[in-house]
Amino acid sequence: MLELPEGQRHVVSFTLDGEEVRGFAEPRMLLSDFLRQQLGRSEVHVACEHGVCGACTILLDGQPVRSCLLFALQASGRRIETVRSLASADGQLNDLQESFRRHHGLQCGYCTPGILMSAEVFLRTNARPSEREVREMLSGHLCRCTGYVGMVDAILETAQKRAARP
Amino acid sequence: MKPKSFTYVRPGDLDEAVQALGRWREDARILAGGQSLVPMMNFRLVEAKALIDISGIVPLAYVRERNGEIEIGASTTQAQFMASPQLAERAPLLSAAMPHVGHFQTRSRGTVCGSIAHSDPSSELPLCLATLGGSVVLRSPSGTRVLAARDFQTGMLSTARRPEEVIAAVRFPTRAPGTGYAFAEMAQRHGDFAICAVAAVVSASSIRLGVGGVADRPTVRDWSGLADGELDDALNDFAWDLGGTDDAHATATYRRELVRRLGRRVIEEAKHARAA
Repeated sequence: MLELPEGQRHVVSFTLDGEEVRGFAEPRMLLSDFLRQQLGRSEVHVACEHGVCGACTILLDGQPVRSCLLFALQASGRRIETVRSLASADGQLNDLQESFRRHHGLQCGYCTPGILMSAEVFLRTNARPSEREVREMLSGHLCRCTGYVGMVDAILETAQKRAARP
Repeated sequence: MKPKSFTYVRPGDLDEAVQALGRWREDARILAGGQSLVPMMNFRLVEAKALIDISGIVPLAYVRERNGEIEIGASTTQAQFMASPQLAERAPLLSAAMPHVGHFQTRSRGTVCGSIAHSDPSSELPLCLATLGGSVVLRSPSGTRVLAARDFQTGMLSTARRPEEVIAAVRFPTRAPGTGYAFAEMAQRHGDFAICAVAAVVSASSIRLGVGGVADRPTVRDWSGLADGELDDALNDFAWDLGGTDDAHATATYRRELVRRLGRRVIEEAKHARAA
């Protein structure tokens, strides 16, 4: 049985956007803080820290999760994807990000990294979603700027374009 | 908004989890999905000297049907349960209720058993457990005991679980022949805590209605031989008996009205489902 005592730092290693990463964390350290403070990945945004706002949403083994409700130690040996995995290495936005820009799916952008990750994994399993399904998925995120209309349009358009691709 | 220090324990199987809990007792909490526990730890509403993480115990993630019941293991996520093929066919009430449990982004971690363990009065899964008359399987160093839903939840966020017991599984009765089921809830936004949630089970001779979000725990009432004109009075009596109070989300008057209206709606819906 693995037992990692409180107050001590323990090794954490996992795959982050395709790269092996390693750091140290006390048991109480949240994964969101580990990503930001230990690994410098400030694109993982933190707002409410109790799982309500969705800003810190990332993918854990391909599933959308709140990184503020996971402990860093729980990520050991797992595969994590953040918004950084979407654009290409030279900064070219992916189709979903482009669509968000075109439809004004963001204003201040604070909620955007989490929403993009939710939408990305949602589209992997729902190739032709209805507007209702998209809105239900978005109910797990708070945006105080846009009113969500642009995001819904951007996600529906991306789904259509991906479905039409040969 | 950060939890206090704790020791992280990761048992390899259920026996090791029981052993660890036997050692730490009330100083430990079981960590399954963490979607209710970790927010409460972040707020420091809950403090634990140790967290026993059962989320990675693969053999505990199962949904199986036997003896007229669907049994769900302790580490089964709500998303896994929703994806199980028998859900819509064998458990129509749960199938209707599950989309209201949290969000797409929390059901990926949140577990069915964790929701039962947390026992929030407005939460959907404890309401379904109470309405269907399900049970909770508890394991401790001294053995296994099975508690009926009505004996398990004792009040708001409180249960009859002993400090050395871990929930190993929960059991929901499967669909009964000639019976209709329906579920509805009112919340400020989809996925928020229900202001009032209702579940109906209707057979040829009886009507059962479960209500969550009003009293300190899900509450169930049975009627039999009720004439058509008597339902509104029966619902009104039930609404008053639940003793709801005013809070930031709704007044007691509004809650009583929801019990009457949503109650009638799901009973009608369950009657139609039975006929279909």
